[in-house]
Amino acid sequence: MTEPGKAAPAAPGRAMPLADPRFRSIFFQTVLIVTVLAAGYVAVINADANLRAQRIATGLGFLDHPAGFGINQTLIAYSEADSYGRVFVVGLLNTLLVSVIGIVLATIVGFVVGIARLSSNWLIARAAGAYVEVMRNLPLLFQILFWYLAVLGTLPSPRQSLSIADSIFISNRGIIVPSFAFGDGAEIVLAALMLGIGATAALGMLSRHRRRATGRPLTLWWAAVLLLVGLPLAVLAATDFPIGIERPVLRGFNFVGGVRMLPEFAALLIALVTYTGAFIAEIVRAGILSVHRSQTEAAYALGLTRGLALRLIVVPQALRLIVPPLTSQYLNLTKNSSLAVAIGYPDLFAVFAGTTLNQTGQAIEIIAITMAIYLLLSLTTSALMNWYNARMRLAER
Amino acid sequence: MVNPNLDPRGYQPGGVPSRERRFRVTTWARANLFNSWLNAVLTLATLWLIWTVCWPLLKFLLIDAVWDGASRVDCLADRVGRDVGACWPFIGAKLPQLLYGFYPINEQWRVNLTAALGLGLLVPLLMPSLPYKTANAILFFGVYPVVGFVLLVGGMLGLEHVETRLWGGLLVTLVIAVTGIVGSLPLGILLALGRRSEMPAVRGVSIIFIEFWRGVPLITVLFFATYMLPLFLPAGWAINPLLRVMIGVMLFAAAYMAEVVRGGLQAIPRAQYEAAQALGLGYWRMMGLVILPQALKLVIPGIVNNFIGLFKDTTLVLIVAIFDLLGQLRAAFSDPNWAAPTTVATGFAFAGIIYFCFCFGMSRYALWMERRLNPADR
Repeated sequence: MTEPGKAAPAAPGRAMPLADPRFRSIFFQTVLIVTVLAAGYVAVINADANLRAQRIATGLGFLDHPAGFGINQTLIAYSEADSYGRVFVVGLLNTLLVSVIGIVLATIVGFVVGIARLSSNWLIARAAGAYVEVMRNLPLLFQILFWYLAVLGTLPSPRQSLSIADSIFISNRGIIVPSFAFGDGAEIVLAALMLGIGATAALGMLSRHRRRATGRPLTLWWAAVLLLVGLPLAVLAATDFPIGIERPVLRGFNFVGGVRMLPEFAALLIALVTYTGAFIAEIVRAGILSVHRSQTEAAYALGLTRGLALRLIVVPQALRLIVPPLTSQYLNLTKNSSLAVAIGYPDLFAVFAGTTLNQTGQAIEIIAITMAIYLLLSLTTSALMNWYNARMRLAER
Repeated sequence: MVNPNLDPRGYQPGGVPSRERRFRVTTWARANLFNSWLNAVLTLATLWLIWTVCWPLLKFLLIDAVWDGASRVDCLADRVGRDVGACWPFIGAKLPQLLYGFYPINEQWRVNLTAALGLGLLVPLLMPSLPYKTANAILFFGVYPVVGFVLLVGGMLGLEHVETRLWGGLLVTLVIAVTGIVGSLPLGILLALGRRSEMPAVRGVSIIFIEFWRGVPLITVLFFATYMLPLFLPAGWAINPLLRVMIGVMLFAAAYMAEVVRGGLQAIPRAQYEAAQALGLGYWRMMGLVILPQALKLVIPGIVNNFIGLFKDTTLVLIVAIFDLLGQLRAAFSDPNWAAPTTVATGFAFAGIIYFCFCFGMSRYALWMERRLNPADR
């Protein structure tokens, strides 16, 4: 294709070099590159002078220095004597924790609400629509602060905490849920569960193979139930129940046992899930609507039942439209989890770009590392998305 | 009641609306709400859910609300002698701060005038049926920012100078959102053109810029603007904190705007480019006279949606200590004079209504515009 500028041909005989499109193109590109490089150079010179004047250390040496502050939720062992490098890892794990749980729950909320919006039941469709409108039109940070200050902040103290079936306790210290207690022989049960999953997957492959060969799939659901539920339960009983459930118990002013969810974590998670869920609901709705009605009609005409038409005709076509924006919502959720800094949930941003930056003053290194991490996440996601799109396009024709 | 028609999963018994001659609630309800056993259960469950959400809300906002008072004691349940809902006097007392921050009271007319001017220019711009779009756009995107700057900042034409650290509340929210959108549109158009350019260096720089800003969360951009940008400037150059944040928001928004505009550019058929070239138009005249007017019109809904996102994202500035509406609200919570059990929820109700009205209104406009632009779609 010709470069648009080339369409106006240089008048012959003119000696103006800028009138020659090829020269002009090279000229502008050189100017642009020189400008960018010059701006970068000036920035580096200034930064160097400023850092020297303010006596701020440079380099990544600070990562080995002791951090000296505590973090109230850590997935790996951490103490105040640990280094800033470990703070970074703790923060990253906390970000991943809230993102992964958030993505799973937001997907469930999104699909349920999205399908509900298409329900033939007028009331359900309208209620789902109202949910989507309210959630989408309120800023996420507003929602996070709302849950944190107006809802979780007004809960009673642990002694008066609200309890659900005496095993889940909700108080201003957070939400406490029962945890698993692993005794001797727990590995055997877990191994049995793994075996069940593996065997079910193998059966699934066998069934698909069989369907390709004969046109008839194997009926599998009873075998799957037996392998996934029956086998682990049988082993659990045979080994005298090494895995039990530990309920939280109130001792003194606080709870013992169970897993405690920080109020900050709960507020962030609830807000992320309800907010992103509304966006996913819209994506799901648009995806299902995009499958033309004639597709369903054709499926019925071929004699497929409603369930089969949905599973074999509508969903695969809808998914092609749903998955790319869905991944970008997942990415948004992960990026939005950085709003944790507003309420003090110790995610990557709060502990690293927040506390560590305050203590060391090394803004350039810290913000660059933080941005690089999020950028890495984005680029990986968009690479995966492009790969998926390419695959789907091949499947189309 | 379009839902049964749109349901792609096929015909549901009774789901298809019959052409009734007379509309009857019972017939309608039987067809749409209670057409099967499962649906009846779901309907009742939804009704229960709506009741458990809406009734307490109504009770809190209106029925149990306290309407006048001078301090926290008027909103205490023991004083009032009944359940206490929203504490509206709290909002009344804090309203000037929620709207203007600490902008001097005698100068607040300047804020109102700026808002009125902006509204007066924006509304005709958004209504497709009104004429003089070009003049209107030049006024809004070119002249209005200058006038607004003079009015709000002052220090000239006999207007008293008002420092930006006194600004706050909805004023800051709107200033950041409007400058963000006004600044990001030209920058976004340039980036979109750059990304589709034939020159590898221009394309490369544009792609790197766009993907970089789109890949990082806004909060890192704000931190970048607040802590990192001053280090890159020559010593002694101090940028105003509000301006720093505005630059950060603008660059961030420009990357998203570029992608929206690129979508519009891609939707213009090749023949349009070729026809413009055949007429002998150069690159800028082809873009300015033929391609962009069509492309931008196509992406108005996308631009408005971007603006909604930007408007919601302005709340993040409270993390870098700029007091927007939400930041001002949080500051108001710490006033001991109004420390009553329901003031926090009241504050959120008030701010929530404001945010919702702005965003919902804009999203309805985008939807309406979308329908208008491609009526064949529906």
